[in-house]
Formats: sequence, C-alpha cells, structure tokens
Amino acid sequence: MKEGVMKVVFLLTACVSILAVALICIFLFANGVPAIAQIGIVDFLFGRVWLPSNEIFGIFPMIVGSIYVTAGAIIIGVPLGILCAIFLARFCPKNLYKIVKPAVSLLAGIPSIVYGFFGLVVIVPIMQDLTHTGGKGILTASILLGIMILPTVIGVSESAIRAVPNSYYEGSLALGATHERSVFFAILPAAKQGILAGVILGVGRAIGETMAVIMVAGNQAAMPESIFSGIRTLTANIVMEMGYATDLHREALLGTGVVLFVFILLINLSFSALKRRSS
Amino acid sequence: MEAINKETWKQRLQSYRKQPLSAVLFVLVILSAVITLSVLIALIAYILIKGIPNLSPELFAWEYTTENVSMMPAIINTLWITALSLLFALPVGICSAIYLVEYAKRGNKLVTIVRLTTETLSGIPSIVYGLFGYLFFNIFLGWSYTILGGALTLSIMILPLIMRTTEEALMSVPDLYREGSFGLGAGKLRTVFRIVLPSAMPGILAGVILAVGRIVGETAALLYPAGTAAEVAKGLMSSGRTLAVHMYALLNEGLYMEQAYATAVVLLVVVVAINALSGLIAKKVGVKD
Repeated sequence: MKEGVMKVVFLLTACVSILAVALICIFLFANGVPAIAQIGIVDFLFGRVWLPSNEIFGIFPMIVGSIYVTAGAIIIGVPLGILCAIFLARFCPKNLYKIVKPAVSLLAGIPSIVYGFFGLVVIVPIMQDLTHTGGKGILTASILLGIMILPTVIGVSESAIRAVPNSYYEGSLALGATHERSVFFAILPAAKQGILAGVILGVGRAIGETMAVIMVAGNQAAMPESIFSGIRTLTANIVMEMGYATDLHREALLGTGVVLFVFILLINLSFSALKRRSS
Repeated sequence: MEAINKETWKQRLQSYRKQPLSAVLFVLVILSAVITLSVLIALIAYILIKGIPNLSPELFAWEYTTENVSMMPAIINTLWITALSLLFALPVGICSAIYLVEYAKRGNKLVTIVRLTTETLSGIPSIVYGLFGYLFFNIFLGWSYTILGGALTLSIMILPLIMRTTEEALMSVPDLYREGSFGLGAGKLRTVFRIVLPSAMPGILAGVILAVGRIVGETAALLYPAGTAAEVAKGLMSSGRTLAVHMYALLNEGLYMEQAYATAVVLLVVVVAINALSGLIAKKVGVKD
C-alpha cells in the first residue's frame, strides 16, 4: 500500500520538470505571440527602429547585437577553452590538476553580476585607453562573454577528450608522432562531436547572458557600425525596459523574450541531438 | 643510466627543435591555460584589493537608508530566498531522481521526456525564468513583487541541477547495497530511504551546495518576480532584494561605487567558500562534478 502510494508520488515529482517546461512555454508564447502578431512578424523581427514612445517596435538591432556578441564570445572563448581542455586532459601534471580544475569550476561559479562589474571597472577603461572610444561595445562584451563561457567549453571538451580511447594516442605515438601531434591529430578529431556540443552549450550561455552584458555593451538600440560601437542584446532589451513598460511596449518586450526563447530552444535541441549521437 | 621511458628536458628540447609544429602547439596549450588562470586570479585579486578597504561596519547595519546603503537586509533576504527555494526544489528534485534511478524501467518513454525537459530547463537563461516568474506570479496570480514568487522561480531554475547531481549520486551507490537490503527482507521503499539515500547523501549535498551558489549569484531571474525593495522582506508576500540584486541596483544608480565593490567582495567570498565546500564533499566521496 505505502509502496504503491510512494511510487506514484515519485512518478508525479518526476513530472514536475515536464510541467515546468510546459508552463514556461505556454506563458511566454501566450503573452508574447499576440504582440508579435499585432506589430506584424516581419516588422517586429526585421524592423530596424526601436522607438517605444512612438510605438515602433523593431528588434532587428537587438537580434544582430545578440548574434554579434555571441559570435565574438565564440571567437575568443572557444579556442582558449579547447586548448585549456587539452591542457587539463593531456598535459597537466596530477599535482597541478588539483589546483587548475577547481579554479575552472570556480570560474563557472562566479555570479554574472560580478563578471559585469569586473568588465565595467577593468575591461571598459582598458578599451577606452586602447581605442579612444566609450569603451563599451561589441568587442568589450565579446571579451567578457568569452571569459564567461570558458568553464562551459572547458568542462564539456575535457570530458569529450578524456572519453577518446587511449589506444588512439598510443597508436599515434607508436607511429613516431610526438605527444603534441598525437593529441592534436589523433585524439582531437575523435573528440570533435563532444567538443562541438560544448561549443553549442557555450553559445547558449552567451546568448542568454544578461547582467554582465548589460554593464559593458553600451545598450544603444541601433544597428552597430563597427566592433567598437555600443549594442543592445535581446536580453538587455528585456531587463532595461520591463520595469516601466506598459501595454503594447510591455508585450513587445515579452515578444523579445519569445524570440530569445526560440533561439535557446533551437540551440538546446541541437545540443541534445549532438550529445545523443556522440554517446 | 637513463631510464628508457623517461624523457629528459634536454631530449624534449631537441625533439621540439626537429618538430617546430609540436613546439608551437605545446606553447599554445600552456599559454591558454596560463591565460585562463590569470583571468581568474586577476578578477579575484582586483575585487578583493579594491573592495576590502570599502568593507565598513556601517555596511552591515540592520537598517537600509539612502545615506548608508547597508547590505545586511539584502543578506537576510538572500538567506530567506535560498531557504525557500531549497524547500521547494529539494523534495521534488530528490524524489524525481529516485524515480528515474530506482523505479523507472529501462527504455521508459517518460524517462526520455523527463531527461529532455531537464536538459531544456538547464539551458534556459535566467532572464527567461525571470520573465516567466513575472508572467505567472505577478500577472497571472496577481501577486505584487514577492520573495515567495522569486523563490519559486529559482526553485524551477535549480531543479535540473539538483536532479542531475542526485541521480549521479544514486547511480554511484553499488547495487550490492540494494541486493543486500532486499535479501534481508526490506521492501523497495525501505531500501531506498534507509540504504540508498544515506549512502548517496554526500553527493546530493555537494549538488545542493552548488545550487545554493546559483541562487546566491542570481540576478536576472529575481529582478521581476521578487522586485528590488531594499529592506528586509516582512513576509513571504513582500518584496526584497538579494545580495546580487542589491549589487545590480547599486551599479544601476551609479552613486555607490565603493559600496558596490564591498558587495562584490562579499558575493565573491561566499561563492569561493561554496565552491570549496562542494569540492571538498565531492572529493570525499569521489563523485565527479
């Protein structure tokens, strides 16, 4: 009797996560989609002007902004992350590993607001000196996001590299290749699907990041002219205006959330698909 | 006599001279590790050096005023929201992990769906959680800014983390334990609660501590469900800001840079302590994170 009841209880709790995802989807879409329909999906997605006071809601600059900073973060964070993962998996002495590995997980644990603050008081002034601009912009945000996605890329890539059978490495060594050649040309290609999954996960982190980006991106809702110009991401658009927005403006922000959510869902799906294929 | 399987530095240098590509790759790998570490060290050192001189006792006064933007109310709110979120997320997370590991049969359709949804949940950015919390609790249920709404939002956010770490902890319990318990005549339920859960406890605990870290550092998901009131929340249904939201508010107002440094120090110390603790527990039981 008790056994049966508890089994049902466990079953029900397992369904909570399904319920949560369903609720999140329903509420976001139900509140955001009507606004997108009212504004017109083409005007909303591809409109280049965001002027809530005049009821003009085009989020194209924000979509571009999110894509630019994410791409920048990938360019900076991914090579660094993969090389670092290689270091951890194949180069690091055991004693050093005990220090470096916790350091990387600490990097993952630091709150995004602290990253944002660090970007604001350290990276922005450096960029001001170097470029003689305002210092806030695509490049600054990309650097900060590149740092923030490091632990994600490193973690997933490291386990992918470790999952490659050691015989690949040994075989390569036996053929006379050096340690480095064996790692880069025998192990790395075998781990590429897992590494790609890590990169996709990093893209998800970068595109969804809010609090750090808002501090260093400048947040102008306009099309960027260079990599130094300020930019506003989808996430920043929501956080900055949600506090005072009303009516259609508010719904347009929810629509922004829907667009962001769809991006994330697509990224998640490709991550799951890749993970399934590589395992 | 030289050992055959041991390379001396001299031999290594020689082989690098013959293999410039290998040398370049080696330098790149070492360089990237050094860069990653130095970024972390720079971040921590900078915030500690600039922040610690700003840590004054007044910042820990019980009352928040515009002259003295004390972070004590925010710390108390953080404790409240952390406790509340865990209160909701822990039972659900642990029970569903028990279902997935102990009860569900292999190839169960439901398990596939649950795994897919938890993966989705862990990929959703915090701002989307914040929007959802706002839409559900503030608009649909008609609450004003409440710490209860904030805590419930966060409990959904940490659910996948708790589920995954609990699952891993349960799976690392050897089947011998279960068989022994069944052999002595214990039922499934008794086996789970008396034998499997206690052995898995350290792993679960390490996950819970990581979840606390997520809660303490969270800003975007709390901004709209829980609001930014700077006082200690009077009850579950009143607004209150956590330490991270407090820091955001200070930076947003732009007048309180020194206090923001001090808050960053406190946040950083908490996060480092949490990470160390979690790592320590995980190492004790040999659970990989």
